[in-house]
Amino acid sequence: MDIVASLLDILVSAAFWTAVLRIATPYVLGTLGELICERAGVLNLGIEGIMTLGAMAGWMTVYQGGGLWAGVLAAAACGALLGLLHAALTVPLGLSQHVTGIGVTLLGTSLSYFVYRLVLPQASTPPTIVPFQPLPLPGALAQTPLTYVALAMVAAIAYVLYRTPVGLAVRMVGENPAAAEAQGLNVTALRIGAVMAGSALMALAGAFLTLSAFNAFFFNMVNGRGWICIALVVFASWRPGKALVGALLFAVFDALQLRLQQMTGGVLPYQVFLMMPYLLSILALVLVARRASYPRALMIPYRKGER
Amino acid sequence: MALSATGEPEVVLRLVGITKRFGTLLANDSVSLTLHAGEVLALLGENGAGKTTLMNILFGHYVADEGTIEAFGRPLPPGSPRAALEAGIGMVHQHFTLADNLSVLDNVTVGTESLWRIRSDRRAARARLLELAQRFGLEVRPDAVVADLSVGERQRVEILKALYRDARILILDEPTAVLTPQESASLFDTLRRLTADGLAVVFISHKMNEVFAASDTVAVLRAGKLVATHATSDTDRTRLAELMVGRAVTPAAPQPLAAGEPVLELSHVTVASDHGRPLLDAVDLAVRRRQVIGIAGVSGNGQTALAELVSGLVHAEAGSVTLKGAPVERADPAAMIRLGVARIPEDRHSAGLVGAMTVWENLIAERYRAPAFSRLGILRRGAARTYARRVIADFDVRCPGPEARTQTLSGGNMQKLILGRTLAHKPDLILASQPTRGLDIGAVSYVHGRLLEARAAGAGVLLISEDLDEILALADSIAVIHRGRLTPLLPNGRASISQLGLLMAGHWDILPEILDAA
Amino acid sequence: MRLEPRADSPLALQVFAPVGAVVAALALCAALVAWTGAPVLRAYGLLIEGALGSRFALTETLTRATPLILTGLAVAVAFRAKLWNIGAEGQLYMGALAAVVVGGGMLDLPAWLLIPLVLLAGMAAGGVTLLGPAVLKVRFGVDEVVTTLLLNFVVLLLVSMLLEGPLKDPMGMGWPQSAPVIAAAELPKLVARTRLHAGLAIALGLAVLLWLMDTRTIWGYENRAVGANPRAAAFAGMPVTWIMLRTALLSGGLAGLAGAAEVCGLKGYLTLDLSPGFGYSGIVVAMLAQLHPLGVVGAALFIAAVFVGADAMSRAMPVPNYIADVMVATSLLCMLVAGLLTRYRLRRG
Repeated sequence: MDIVASLLDILVSAAFWTAVLRIATPYVLGTLGELICERAGVLNLGIEGIMTLGAMAGWMTVYQGGGLWAGVLAAAACGALLGLLHAALTVPLGLSQHVTGIGVTLLGTSLSYFVYRLVLPQASTPPTIVPFQPLPLPGALAQTPLTYVALAMVAAIAYVLYRTPVGLAVRMVGENPAAAEAQGLNVTALRIGAVMAGSALMALAGAFLTLSAFNAFFFNMVNGRGWICIALVVFASWRPGKALVGALLFAVFDALQLRLQQMTGGVLPYQVFLMMPYLLSILALVLVARRASYPRALMIPYRKGER
Repeated sequence: MALSATGEPEVVLRLVGITKRFGTLLANDSVSLTLHAGEVLALLGENGAGKTTLMNILFGHYVADEGTIEAFGRPLPPGSPRAALEAGIGMVHQHFTLADNLSVLDNVTVGTESLWRIRSDRRAARARLLELAQRFGLEVRPDAVVADLSVGERQRVEILKALYRDARILILDEPTAVLTPQESASLFDTLRRLTADGLAVVFISHKMNEVFAASDTVAVLRAGKLVATHATSDTDRTRLAELMVGRAVTPAAPQPLAAGEPVLELSHVTVASDHGRPLLDAVDLAVRRRQVIGIAGVSGNGQTALAELVSGLVHAEAGSVTLKGAPVERADPAAMIRLGVARIPEDRHSAGLVGAMTVWENLIAERYRAPAFSRLGILRRGAARTYARRVIADFDVRCPGPEARTQTLSGGNMQKLILGRTLAHKPDLILASQPTRGLDIGAVSYVHGRLLEARAAGAGVLLISEDLDEILALADSIAVIHRGRLTPLLPNGRASISQLGLLMAGHWDILPEILDAA
Repeated sequence: MRLEPRADSPLALQVFAPVGAVVAALALCAALVAWTGAPVLRAYGLLIEGALGSRFALTETLTRATPLILTGLAVAVAFRAKLWNIGAEGQLYMGALAAVVVGGGMLDLPAWLLIPLVLLAGMAAGGVTLLGPAVLKVRFGVDEVVTTLLLNFVVLLLVSMLLEGPLKDPMGMGWPQSAPVIAAAELPKLVARTRLHAGLAIALGLAVLLWLMDTRTIWGYENRAVGANPRAAAFAGMPVTWIMLRTALLSGGLAGLAGAAEVCGLKGYLTLDLSPGFGYSGIVVAMLAQLHPLGVVGAALFIAAVFVGADAMSRAMPVPNYIADVMVATSLLCMLVAGLLTRYRLRRG
């Protein structure tokens, strides 16, 4: 009974829900970014590296004297650039999306560390910046601006995908590029554009870590969050609304395990709790795998006029 | 031919000297064509004659190496489907270009609005779609998801897509290949309504009777060259067939043989999809030695499930499968091969052969564990190559040798390779799924000849084909498949073509009448 | 410009592709080196010298290449069968874990018996780790890329947990590290007074063995068929599921062996920094080798040289040693493009 009571206490506390929204933010942004890429038919395994570069670029901009929002923009621009690289290799050249994505992740991560070390060769404790402050709102609403950006993005992307001509075009190239081309659409341009936009969002997810959640850049900072986002996209059946639900659900578990860890007070090693997000992601994939309806052209390169 | 108001047929499309090469293959050789308003032009030719290539150039999927295109008096920029659409050209591809997961309305409207509009005007789009549908008698449900539509409905959506964009020239690539005879007739009705409205239609076909049923003019392509253009009324079947093939045609007619004992018996066999929908529904069937059983039907009615069942790829949920008198317990492909089933898959590229591997590696794929080809897990590569050379010679496979990669072979030679792999071992039962789909006439008659030869040698043949002409040419008895159910066997000739068409469309109420006629 | 498939790709082109890719990657990274202000030619000179310039440098490079050959083979074997194993890093740690458990004194056996046992235990642990995602793939259709990636994190946490718990070395002065393996479990040195150990010989032997398996045996024949076209392989009667699972065991096993060999040959005990990303670099090695077992050896040597050389270079000039990781990543991307050019040619129009 004790456990139930304390669980209830946790679930009604504002602090808990504040944490949930904060934890969910990078997942929301990353999942939306991956979702856009995949809706256009391109799996983007570069997400982990793009998030790392976004985290580094955002932080570095601010550390070098730029404003916080300048940091956000710099992160998005770097993300879009890596997205362009991924798209250039996978869309017109039609290279393996799996391997290219891993390559982009390796590149994004190593470039981030390289630049960070170049600028700060001797830093043993990571230098800090003044991050975004929570808005003066009551209870769990006291979030930093990027969290509100993430929430707004859910609605905006849902609207664009389902209510505008360009959203329909993006969905079409992810379902049947030949049909899209027969309707006069430029498949290559649409896919490249979608991957760049999605990658910019992934980089925002990374920037949130250094500009809102923490105030410094660490090595291994992204720590698999990108891979979790890829699982969340499948879990969300490629729908923005469900992506939000998935990210929130995930954040609830994550926030709960932090508190459970404190409550159980060392009965279980802390690593067991840290494993939970990864194991939960695998579990989520297994649960939805059977009924997942992938965008039909996902991972299938399209070359015009090939026979 | 319908004339325009002034009495002079207006030229809407002019192709001049179109030439296209794929590597060394000359797909189109200086082809010139003229199309008038209100005209239905049939583009006739056998598979591989270059019909589809020509239309893909016209629609901007390919770029011609030489030649020009003029639509409504203006030159058409090459290589741009968008330009073709804007010039009023619409194309209905042989393989529909629809997104299965999207709605009819989405499929029709995508790309018709400026991409950067802030909101799609779906209300107006729906109204316009319904208006067009009504005007031309093309009934559709705008909100249905394409995956749920029948083949005929999908074709209507394709035509509406073109009309929605104000197409004045409509190209249809083999539009009847997947339709029942009745659906084809209704398509031709639609074409007449369109031309009455002043549209011009090009339809691609290799079937003679359609040319006479629907066209005003017929242009014949052979090996990439335009060999003749006639008013349809000025020519006849024999003449066209000779133009198409370049020589006189003699159909392979099977000699009647006394059927032997049954090699395959299906009794109340049911196969369900992953979602539990029955793909085969209590099917009864017997194939005897020295007999070709033809399974006719519109694609997607359970042919694939039947082929996979006999191939050993899926299991019967209920009912029994008996091979040569012994029940098959847990079938898998290896077991079926061992039991003497030769299997010709419906898709030779994706299921039949491993394109990236060599000819000899593909030829031993079904029996590499036999002592002839491996010992203690080590491949006997020399023996396999020798064997491959023999099969290549016996089955007239045109390839550089056993080391050639199969993906470099033509479709006909791939099919010969598969025939060689399976028929070289004196099978008791041959499963032939769409054995001649996409092959040229030479290869078709080769395949038919080999199948009949095997039948004469004592094998039973189960021929599954969407090409009714092929079934009528080869089968001793015919069963029609519709929504996973199979009619009783009808001796070839018992039912008329239109009766078979009705059965293929699901009108089984006429069955007693056909059976009683005996 | 457009791409046109080649009917066949000449051997010379296939050999030239990785060389061209590496040259392109080094040229691109030269820009990065120049950006740091260091003289590019001197930096690359130091890199080469640091990797190959002395007996010590050479043995260091070979030592570093050993796990890379094994993870490269692991990835090549899996990718050949279109099993996208991105989890070699985790499998490597599982192999290392098994090695310190079995070789940590639990069994008191002579070296000729204990060493094979320890290495086999490492292989088994790595193989089983990949078996999970492979089963999920063939049974439920779960994409193995994500599951193997996620498992890398789970494995690292598991290792961390054990190193702070039951496996913690009581003599380790509080560091999260395991007790060392006993002397009988240590791999012999190949060259005295260097760190080069017998793991290299094992890795080279396995590369040759896998090449023979690939070309000469029905196992290799089945693997290639399933990798190139699983549908056709199934249609021809090959046991595709078993082939997939068998490939998973082999691939994971090779990665596990890399971990076991690092423990028994080099480090002696297990820590959380046993591998500086050997599993991920294995992907680059395999791709540079175009998934060819013998090519893996050459590619692993190159990558090892980059890492060892970059360390030496960064000690002498203000270029962070992460330049090595950038070079490796760039090589992978360049190799993908070069590989494309062996299969297609560029045509105008």
